[in-house]
Amino acid sequence: MTTNELPNNTLLDATGVAKNYGAVSALRDASLSVLPGEVHALMGANGAGKSTLVKILTGAIPADAGRILIRGEARDVRSPAAARRAGLLPVYQEPALIPDLDVLCNLRLTGTPVEPFRAWVRELGIPNLDIRETARDIPLAVLRVLDLARALAVEPDVLLLDEMTAALPANLAEKVLEVVRRQGDSGRSVIFISHRFVEISALCDRATVLRDGATVGVVDIEPGVEEKIVEMMLGARIEKTSVAAARTASEAPVVKDSHPRLSVRNLQLGTKLHDVSFDLANGEVAGVVALEGQGQDELFAALAGSIRPAGGTIAVDGAPVKFFHPSDAIQAGLAYVPGDRTEALAMQRSVRENIALPFSAALRKWGPIKVRREHMVVSSAIARLQIDTRAQGEVQRLSGGNQQKVTIARWIAADARTILCFDPTRGIDVGTKQEIYKLLRELAGLGKSVLFYTSELEEVQRVCDRVIVIFGGRVVDTFPVELADEPALMRAAYGLPRGARADVGILADVRPTSDAETAP
Amino acid sequence: MTNSATMPQPVSLGRRLKRFMADRPLIPLIILLVILVLILQVLRPGIVNERWIANTAKFAIPLAILAGCQTMTMLTGGIDLSVGTVATMSAFIMATQIVNQDPTVAFILAMLPAVLIGLVNGVGVGVFRVHPLIMTLGTSLIGTGFLQVYQRTVIASGAKIPDFLNWLGTGLTYGFPNALFLFVPVAVLIVFTLNRTGFGRLLYAVGDNERAARLSGVRYWQVITALYVISSLLAGITGLLYIGLIKAPSLSLAEPLVLPSVAAAVIGGTSIFGGRGGYMGTIVGALILTVLTTLLTILHMPEGGRRILFGFIVLFVTAAYLRIIEDR
Repeated sequence: MTTNELPNNTLLDATGVAKNYGAVSALRDASLSVLPGEVHALMGANGAGKSTLVKILTGAIPADAGRILIRGEARDVRSPAAARRAGLLPVYQEPALIPDLDVLCNLRLTGTPVEPFRAWVRELGIPNLDIRETARDIPLAVLRVLDLARALAVEPDVLLLDEMTAALPANLAEKVLEVVRRQGDSGRSVIFISHRFVEISALCDRATVLRDGATVGVVDIEPGVEEKIVEMMLGARIEKTSVAAARTASEAPVVKDSHPRLSVRNLQLGTKLHDVSFDLANGEVAGVVALEGQGQDELFAALAGSIRPAGGTIAVDGAPVKFFHPSDAIQAGLAYVPGDRTEALAMQRSVRENIALPFSAALRKWGPIKVRREHMVVSSAIARLQIDTRAQGEVQRLSGGNQQKVTIARWIAADARTILCFDPTRGIDVGTKQEIYKLLRELAGLGKSVLFYTSELEEVQRVCDRVIVIFGGRVVDTFPVELADEPALMRAAYGLPRGARADVGILADVRPTSDAETAP
Repeated sequence: MTNSATMPQPVSLGRRLKRFMADRPLIPLIILLVILVLILQVLRPGIVNERWIANTAKFAIPLAILAGCQTMTMLTGGIDLSVGTVATMSAFIMATQIVNQDPTVAFILAMLPAVLIGLVNGVGVGVFRVHPLIMTLGTSLIGTGFLQVYQRTVIASGAKIPDFLNWLGTGLTYGFPNALFLFVPVAVLIVFTLNRTGFGRLLYAVGDNERAARLSGVRYWQVITALYVISSLLAGITGLLYIGLIKAPSLSLAEPLVLPSVAAAVIGGTSIFGGRGGYMGTIVGALILTVLTTLLTILHMPEGGRRILFGFIVLFVTAAYLRIIEDR
């Protein structure tokens, strides 16, 4: 699969790059070689090690092993400044201008020549930029273009673009792609990280695919290569896991109510969510599958009452609701379990206090605590999740898996009817993962509903009844778990169309309105 | 993230002692208090008697209540620097209004500015997210200004200390200071609130991780507003007690207690960053500060030297104490 190039011809050549964080290896054996004048795509599923490799190449973090050659010379890029001197310049997903300085000061800070910068800004489709404007007041899309222009202005040998077109409106994105394509003609190279096959096939010459921290292949971009890339990203995991065996624990029949537990229609939020619609039934675990940053964070935050959507409706049990504060969502029975445990736990407090926290939240619950009742409820939740309570005095002394259990136990104790789980198994041990899968199935068996975002595709078949795929802030597909093997999910997550769309009827927007039906 | 749940290996005596102290943070504080008292006894044999103890308690109690205000606000990551002004206002208004008014009316008038300042503090911190340090410092200055204006209007009528406050501030019953009649219920109430009520839980939770509290449905502004009103009310009541003890209404009556009240809470083990601490430690902290003051007084040092030494000791004690109880 690997195309062999002469090493002395390459502009950038990294081989055997490895990086460990404690016992976890983020990169095992990554390699990347970029020829002069080429646009090279770097691809990989969530957690494959793309961002670690990028950070190493640009000097943001040191590698544990590996060799990086630039123009055939071994270079030690120990800092972003060193990478810059070596001719390697990144444009990250997050805007890099200092918000409180104006554009000109930001340019001086990095020693960027002003005139070329201006020329590039015009070239990129922003004709009238006020260079004295404070970065904070500039819209996000323009900031990203300015970051790109700033990088282009110093004429780097290798330009590294991370999801460059993510937050851009179509006209700016087009300009950006055009400029990137022309970079190649002048003998410069671009490393292009993107989740969008459309862009990659239009722009790139070759692609390097990472999986589990290692480079698994380098391919030439040609028509039909998408399937091959998806295959590489999945690797050996392509064989189908048996669906039935994984989910026998509680197959209670899903009660078909007149109203779904939760129904979301045309939800809209800034540049992140466009027109998201789906239903969640009682007794159902619906999986949400999306690549990083496709709007799933915002979707969960909106359902949890943390941010207010700009448009669209959310209905609970058929009644429209508006959430102004997480407590409104909790009132409606929607409980949010964030992916980051430090977001959900009072780390210095006890397991018991953390689990009982929602009990005291409402103003009328501020009085004396009924200790015995609380003890009962909390103990049963602890027993249910088998939390290791040997260090229960302070949650921060628990292991990550046990901490995650505490965040879920809280809502079991509070008897929430719907649980919004955002990647609950990230960074915890296998045993605990299994317990969490089992628990979510049990909850569904009890008629509760779960919305389950996961970054690990294999979990979908273990836990979910149905999958909602989000790409670029839109629901691009919804399908039952029987069809949701990993290749299908991966394809869908990258926005590739599904071959046989037999179940279009599942898509939410065809349901009749509630008043057309009579209540039982 | 430490995982001390899985380490039953043998540990040294020093480490065991440390662990013991970390689990019972009150013990090292009480040891320190006893040591200070012993030093006092050695320097001035016979000074530690029944009368001295009652006297120490009398002066420690107002400090301890104000330190209670600091403890509660510090648990949420805040601080209440307006307690001195609030206490002074209540005391001053009480002493001047009692001349012409019914005691109940005078009491209500005295507590009014306390509620008001507390409300403003709470709304400022809880709703508008002004930093508590700035917010309470601001209201404190404004309160002092109002008190000066008010003073001009009552210059003719004079002031007196109500008998009841006299009794409460300086009186003894069977050798016990009467102030305990106020302090014991207040202390029990604070400890109970912090440990056994939903509101107390929320104070810790908000201070430990505001985001987590929010995600659990806690409305920050409600907690903070209630907290600062309660803090101000306690400060107002302390003012009434303090005027009974000092017996001379002035515009800066309780001001010297503000920073010691913060120090008492910190020495008592309450984290200024929130989420950690308790009132029992604060009470011992207030006692330590009071005994320390006596100790420095009998050393016959000049005022400047005394303050320098006081500052150093507070710094040293706090640093050492945190070392002892933080079992990391």
